[in-house]
Amino acid sequence: MANVNPASGPAAVTARGSAASSRPPARRRRRRRAAIVPYLFLSPFLLLFAAFLVAPLVYAFYTSVFRDTLVGGRHFVAFGNYFRVATDANFWAGIANLLVFGVTQVPIMLALALALGIVLDRGEVHARGLFRLGFFIPYAVPSVVAALIWGYIYGPAFGPFTQLAKGLGLPPPDFLSDRAMLFSLANIVTWEFTGYNMVIYYAALKAIPSDLREAASVDGANSWQYALLIQLPLLWPAILLTIIFSINGTLQLFNEPYQMRSIAPEVIGTHYTPNIYAYFLAAANQQYNYAAAVSFVLGFVIAAIAGGFTLATNRRGGTSG
Amino acid sequence: MNDKVGLRRDGFNRRDVLKTAGASLAAAALPSASAFAQGPVQLTLWSWLPNFRDQVDLFEAAHPNIKVNLVNAGQGGDEYTKLRAALKAGSGLPDVCHIEFQLVRSFEQLKALADIGPQANAHKDEFAAWAWNQVSDGDRVYAMPWDSGPIAILYRNDVFEQHNLAAPKTWAEFAEQAIKLHQAAPDVFLTDATFSDGGWTTSLLWQAGWRPFEVDGDTIRIQVNGDVAKTFAAYWQKLLDAKAIEAKPGFVTEWYTSLDEGRYATWITAGWGPVFLTSFAKKSSGKWRAAPIPQWDATKVASANWGGSTLAVLAASQHPKEAAELAVWLTVDPKATELYTTKQFLFPTRKAILDSPGFGDKPFDFYGGQAVNKVFAESAKAVDPSFQWSPFQDYVNQTMGDELGAAAAGKRTLAAAFDSLQDTFVQYAKDQGFTVKT
Repeated sequence: MANVNPASGPAAVTARGSAASSRPPARRRRRRRAAIVPYLFLSPFLLLFAAFLVAPLVYAFYTSVFRDTLVGGRHFVAFGNYFRVATDANFWAGIANLLVFGVTQVPIMLALALALGIVLDRGEVHARGLFRLGFFIPYAVPSVVAALIWGYIYGPAFGPFTQLAKGLGLPPPDFLSDRAMLFSLANIVTWEFTGYNMVIYYAALKAIPSDLREAASVDGANSWQYALLIQLPLLWPAILLTIIFSINGTLQLFNEPYQMRSIAPEVIGTHYTPNIYAYFLAAANQQYNYAAAVSFVLGFVIAAIAGGFTLATNRRGGTSG
Repeated sequence: MNDKVGLRRDGFNRRDVLKTAGASLAAAALPSASAFAQGPVQLTLWSWLPNFRDQVDLFEAAHPNIKVNLVNAGQGGDEYTKLRAALKAGSGLPDVCHIEFQLVRSFEQLKALADIGPQANAHKDEFAAWAWNQVSDGDRVYAMPWDSGPIAILYRNDVFEQHNLAAPKTWAEFAEQAIKLHQAAPDVFLTDATFSDGGWTTSLLWQAGWRPFEVDGDTIRIQVNGDVAKTFAAYWQKLLDAKAIEAKPGFVTEWYTSLDEGRYATWITAGWGPVFLTSFAKKSSGKWRAAPIPQWDATKVASANWGGSTLAVLAASQHPKEAAELAVWLTVDPKATELYTTKQFLFPTRKAILDSPGFGDKPFDFYGGQAVNKVFAESAKAVDPSFQWSPFQDYVNQTMGDELGAAAAGKRTLAAAFDSLQDTFVQYAKDQGFTVKT
């Protein structure tokens, strides 16, 4: 799901630049030479960034303004592919799926991660390292292995829940039905990423000075009050970060549904999520141009939602870091 | 489609490797005039066949002036994705490539394949007629037939005996038995109809006489939902509605277990199926038998093919002559082709092997001593050669699997799904620039 926030790179550059311009004018020449130095240090990143992100993006955009056909070859269609995406029911059905998914799964996962982070931080837990590692391990399990594990657990004929239900004389649950699938997937994603988010929160909690806890207890705060009134507000930047990661990751959901497709292809079709749609457009349909346009529109949708969310929280006076 | 060949990994042992390695060393020691004259030609061969180096070593031993770089570029779809990327880039292409029968026409549409007619046509009569038809267009030959999958059924003799069933000769009998079995044992199904697998469904439609695509230059005739499809849809719909069969996806854990546990009593499969089944159905060894594919009309025996592949030469190859020699030799050399059936367990397309007693009469303990290859070899003779693939077959397979799989799961009727497929394919063909007739 979410990896590194690419926005942190450019933001860091701007911060340095504005600091430099506030220096006295007498040292301008040396400053100019000094101004090159940060970019030299940044060059390994910038080169890779250009080669593996900017260049493919430019190429994908170039691809998206053409249409290649099996008969007749390549035509320039300007924004024709984009207009088609705008009215493509398959694409928007995928977005709608993920909005339902995100609105339910992300709050549950983050609340769980937060609770685990706070409990682990409290120091009353024995073998803390073991628990931390245990919660984090699902994140390190390869998705193919995860699909096998969950494929077995959800199995409608021989899965453990089916066997249990049969043993009790109950109708077996169908985790792979149309209606249940989004929740079955949400369950897998929560299993995978709760530990990842927990580690972020745990690190942020460790950064809170311990005198705050002492001060709070001197003032008579109990541990609930300390968690809700002291820790939670101080964690807000970390929570915002994980929310942005999760929005990003949710809308790009691919691995989990793609793996579950092997056991429930009748539910997870070729346009279940926008990324799955783009993949099949390119890999099976040979519609590379249209796949590129779909990917770009998906990028715009993600940017719009993540940007809108950041604006909304900033305006509400949230203390963003 | 993709999992099968990769899982047939049996029959590999160190002695064989040493044997062939010894053979190629001996060959290398012999001085070769042509090798000194021009230096060896380097060819790249893409294939996902396990232990293929055995046969490639034999080729190199017989052709000292050709060196082969064997690359596994992924199986089925993974390889085609790479091949298409290389075609787009115009570099990184192999000289010879492993391509399934169903995709040959699609790569021909991209003008990616060389015409190897001059070298290949001499061997035309050595192959099953339907196989040759699928790789050629008159005197032009776009690939060499390699392995195949004529269809038949594998069934659980124990389950059949327990419920007084006999191997069905016709589809009508098959339906009667499905309902009878399900009434006697609600937790057992006569079969799992894997409609989410476009290749599986196509083979059964092929047998029923379905001829959905006819391509003539840039014109394509598409007739997906004709009478044959409607009869076929009504037949299976009845069994699905009666819940006498299941329609879950194949080649996944639940499916393997269901076959091994006797939850599914037959597997409608192809020539590569018998050995593949032995790789996972360990508990039920000895309880399986093979029988011919049921017929729509008992007086007119018809069969079809599911799976199997070819070796094709890429049009962009810098060494077209040597590449054609590689593709042809690997598919016609008696020793190399026999090895495929004994080491990699491919089902042959070469008549000499199909008809040989060593292949057809070999008893299998897993099948209670039955010579199952014979059943499939008989099926190979009845494969109707007139079937044509579309020029965009990966799209067709994917879409068929999705639409029919969803219909079989109860979202709509199979007949409605065929109607929708017709519209979808016509629209796609138009988008791709074809002139479409229906």
